[in-house]
Amino acid sequence: MSPEIKLEDAFQARIDDEQKIEPKDWMPEKYRKTHIRQISQHAHSEIVGMLPEGNWITRAPSLRRKVGLLAKVQDEAGHGLYLYSAAETLGISRDELFDQLHTGKAKYSSIFNYPTLSWADIGAIGWLVDGAAIINQVMLTRTSYGPYARAMVRICKEESFHQRQGYEIMLTLCQGTPEQKAMAQDALNRFWWPSLMMFGPRDAESPNTEQSVKWKIKRKTNDELRQQFIDITAPQAEYLGITIPDPDLKWNEERGHYDFGEINWDEFWQVVKGNGPCNKERLQARVDAWENGAWVREAAVAYGNKKEKESIKVKTA
Amino acid sequence: MSNQKLYQYLLLLGDNSLILGHRLSELCGHGPSLETDIALTNMSLDLYGQVRSYFQYAAKIKGDNSTEDSVAFLRTEREYHNSILVEQENKDFAHVIVRQFFFDVYHNLLLDKLKSSKDEIIAAIAHKSIKESDYHLRFSSQWVRRLGGGTVISHEKTQAAVTHLYPFIHELVSPIPIEKEMQELGIGINPDDLRDEYFNQVQEVLNEVNLEYAELKERFARGKTGIHTEQLGYILGELQYMQRAYPNMQW
Repeated sequence: MSPEIKLEDAFQARIDDEQKIEPKDWMPEKYRKTHIRQISQHAHSEIVGMLPEGNWITRAPSLRRKVGLLAKVQDEAGHGLYLYSAAETLGISRDELFDQLHTGKAKYSSIFNYPTLSWADIGAIGWLVDGAAIINQVMLTRTSYGPYARAMVRICKEESFHQRQGYEIMLTLCQGTPEQKAMAQDALNRFWWPSLMMFGPRDAESPNTEQSVKWKIKRKTNDELRQQFIDITAPQAEYLGITIPDPDLKWNEERGHYDFGEINWDEFWQVVKGNGPCNKERLQARVDAWENGAWVREAAVAYGNKKEKESIKVKTA
Repeated sequence: MSNQKLYQYLLLLGDNSLILGHRLSELCGHGPSLETDIALTNMSLDLYGQVRSYFQYAAKIKGDNSTEDSVAFLRTEREYHNSILVEQENKDFAHVIVRQFFFDVYHNLLLDKLKSSKDEIIAAIAHKSIKESDYHLRFSSQWVRRLGGGTVISHEKTQAAVTHLYPFIHELVSPIPIEKEMQELGIGINPDDLRDEYFNQVQEVLNEVNLEYAELKERFARGKTGIHTEQLGYILGELQYMQRAYPNMQW
């Protein structure tokens, strides 16, 4: 047996034993690369995800809602920070990760390529998008890579608050005037299917799933997670008194799960490939922020260097 | 003293935070780095927190089913009393920082004095808010130094922002009648009393990184009396959109 294979066996044995892998531990190159891809994709989703919600901050309908939304979007930036830091432990810099995002090499969650067209969309995003994200992320708190798992614990706490906040926005709208309820229904109509797509392609078409399950990056498959989300969300919609836009959605006593209709996978792949309603605008907004901020970052570095030189002079004088 | 006057004074205090908070909130998600993005959003959140305290109090005084939201969202353009400085647009990061710095110096001096207001609620708000404004001032003054003393480009951009915004700062420390009246009652502050200290603090930081400012070249600025630049209308267009489009609803 080659030394590489022995290491891999020992590595797999640690994972099977539920031990966490830490940054300085040996790991297969593919495990490292998979994590960089997944963690950075997650980080990018957090910061691109700031844009559709940020779109409503200046128009939030009350001071209380404005403060809630601002704090939420700020939390997303914080999540981006932890996640970039977790990715950096795998030997890649934040600048490189940004470059991958800006050049389109790295992906982010497609849900953020849909526009937020009304205030109810802010509720729907909190309820559905954060709800779907939590299902994925709770699983990830037990993922095998230590820094990622620990970042997830903190992120999950905040996300679950966001989800409740979103649901509460929806509830307020649904108990409000007919106009408000119609606004909530319209948001559900537009965000329901894209939320289901957040779990990724069907298991049969998900090339990464098997290895990810073996390495305990994932503990459940895309289809299992999607089903879990639907089972939790369908009764919530019923409580709100709005209708999920799927005529095939119904409780299946025998399976103990909701049956649901066919996802439009053509739309899913179109959005993944960059042809969604807002792909270009979202990416451009990130690129603009980065490019317009270049002189600021350079100034901070130059000023820091000057101050360092001055303090060395003072110390050696 | 009439409640109407106290109400007017609370608007004067709250509107600066409301409009500057709005300007900062426009930047959320678009900052030059994640860290600055988070910091600017934080300042916006602090300012909105102050707005809510002032306007909850104002609504109580006004009566007639007023709420913090009716005070914040349902006035006409001429009824907003923020200074012209804080409504100036986010042209670039230098403008954001210089605007913030000019306001923070004033705000910090003002809150320090308002801590001794005879009005207990105003004093309590000042006690809470000064911890925030103190942090804001440290953040913005440090960034003025970084940008002013960083690179040739950053110095040029910061100089442009100072040249544009400096003339507006006189309004902050030029009293209007309500401020004088409130000072006489021991409730408010005549900002003329802050003038010397204000210019000392501002100029000290600008001098440190060789940023030039025109001596006392005052611009026409009457925001405190409700005469604004054309920019405020657009801010209100967004700020008030939901309340105007869907009146009398709960959110």
